[in-house]
Amino acid sequence: MSEAQLSEALSQPAATAPDVHPAADTILYMDGVTVSFDGFKALNNLSLYVKEGELRAIIGPNGAGKTTMMDVITGKTRPDSGEVFFNGGLDLTKLDEAAIANLGIGRKFQKPTVFESQSVFDNLELAQKGRRDVFTGLFARLSGEQRDHIERVLERIALTEHVGRLAGNLSHGQKQWLEIGMLLMQDPELLLVDEPAAGMTDAETAKTAEMLQEIARDHSVVVVEHDMEFIKALNCHVTVLHEGSVLAEGSLESLQTNQHVIEVYLGR
Amino acid sequence: MNFGRFILGGTDRTALIVLVFILGFGILVPVLNLMTPESSPVHVPSYLVPLIGKYLTYGLLALSVGLIWGYAGILSLGHGAFFALGGYAMGMYLMRQIGDRGVYGNPILPDFMVFLNWKELPWYWYGFDAFPFALLMVVLVPGALALVFGWFAFRSRVTGVYLSIITQAMTFALLLAFFRNDMGFGGNNGLTDFKDLLGFDLQADGTRAGLFAASAVMLILAYLLCRWIIGSKVGRVLIAIRDAESRTRFLGYRVEYYKLFVFTVSAMLAGIAGALYVPQVGIINPSEFSPANSIEIVIWVAVGGRGYLHGAILGAVLVNYAKTYLTGAAPDIWLFFLGGLFIAVTVLMPKGIVGTLDQAKSRLPGLFKPKAAPRAQEVPGE
Repeated sequence: MSEAQLSEALSQPAATAPDVHPAADTILYMDGVTVSFDGFKALNNLSLYVKEGELRAIIGPNGAGKTTMMDVITGKTRPDSGEVFFNGGLDLTKLDEAAIANLGIGRKFQKPTVFESQSVFDNLELAQKGRRDVFTGLFARLSGEQRDHIERVLERIALTEHVGRLAGNLSHGQKQWLEIGMLLMQDPELLLVDEPAAGMTDAETAKTAEMLQEIARDHSVVVVEHDMEFIKALNCHVTVLHEGSVLAEGSLESLQTNQHVIEVYLGR
Repeated sequence: MNFGRFILGGTDRTALIVLVFILGFGILVPVLNLMTPESSPVHVPSYLVPLIGKYLTYGLLALSVGLIWGYAGILSLGHGAFFALGGYAMGMYLMRQIGDRGVYGNPILPDFMVFLNWKELPWYWYGFDAFPFALLMVVLVPGALALVFGWFAFRSRVTGVYLSIITQAMTFALLLAFFRNDMGFGGNNGLTDFKDLLGFDLQADGTRAGLFAASAVMLILAYLLCRWIIGSKVGRVLIAIRDAESRTRFLGYRVEYYKLFVFTVSAMLAGIAGALYVPQVGIINPSEFSPANSIEIVIWVAVGGRGYLHGAILGAVLVNYAKTYLTGAAPDIWLFFLGGLFIAVTVLMPKGIVGTLDQAKSRLPGLFKPKAAPRAQEVPGE
């Protein structure tokens, strides 16, 4: 085997050596991930690579496996086969939700999930990056710096005036923003955002896109979305999922002329 | 913005009222019993002291259930077990205190062991002649059981009704075990015929007044402890777990440790309640483990108001007062009353007495600040 062949073999994703990982500069690396529920393959040999600092949109019809993909990354679902690595060499398939969250992966759910019986402030405080153990929690006092952080995020998500309100009393759009705010408090390296614009008015959608673009300046962000207008506003690299695997990748313009994509979205 | 005040705002008053009330009770009842002549109109008759004292220990027991059910969403239908274990630990000390004054006059062995022809004290009775050791066991035994039980249950993510069922199974298993004579805890009859505690005669008015005051003080301390936990960040994490468990996990919190912590604290409080209960009623037997007892505790909390610490205490006292009254006046209808009460509260006042009052208050603007009313919420993806 020549040296060139050898190095080529090593650079193949199939070479499973986490030390010299084929994608050391990726924030998220999924290779050959398969998940089946009762024989139905929610993910079918899915491979996806997200570079550090990237803003990536993922689209696909219902049942394409978008949410399952999020579940696999965040540790809620274990893949039947395949590799999932975070930040180069951290194997996510062996960790649980809390450990993965503490590594620096934040998740926003499809349905806005905030702690409804607690105030906006409490929601942000709970999400704030920091030690998560019981003992620390018993004696925790907010420092001035932490308070400032909360105030900065409140401004960013336009909820400063609502700080004392119960999260359950916020409008749908405000809940979505609060959840984005909670992600900002967590300050994760990678944000997974599931349908942030669902159920929003046009004005809210535009504002949300703006928020995400701003966030993407200093975080890696993966957005799952149905809304084409929203994707267009994000102006980023797009991956199309279909039946549990990647159908196509590229800019939105290139995908809109892609025959496969048109078939999947319109041809049925 | 003062965050502490932000969280406690409006409820500090409640805490003060609760504390003054319990403290007042804890002082007044013993004083009026001991210091006033029987002919006085304000005299508290001696039979009432251990009876009200029993209510206070029930209040403490209800508080322990209110803590985990109201704030962490853990519905334990087996908390009577921790109460009974604390009670047995105290009972064992009281048995050893009898010494050679038992029917058989054996200086070491309790009567039931002599009766069963046992020759020596089982190892697990060692040390119970020392009061400090017994006190330690009052909290350690229920705490250890809760820790082990909770470790397996919470780590396996057993929640909701499934958790309730296994807690019920736990107390039932202990009921059956403690019924057995060869367990060494007096079998069916349990432990009774106690003489004295720390040298004080249990039948004496002074001792009973002291136990009453001790119950009041423990209730206050436990209430303060629970408030401190709830008021800390841990309390907010627990409420988050109650309302959206998987969301809390995705924020990086180890839900199982938080539950384990609060479950164990709660079991220890229940154990202390049991230890104060036994010398006041004079007996501990396996019926304390019966599943129905544990369900009754949950009814007290539901009646008083789930999600309010003082609601749990109030519910325990009110329901038990009704029980004392009804089992005397019309013994046949008590169970129907209890069942009816639970249905009525669930349907008509799902937030219990305190919660309903609280809601009524918050509808009057300007008088009271609206308060974060606890409520359950669907967790997505579960």
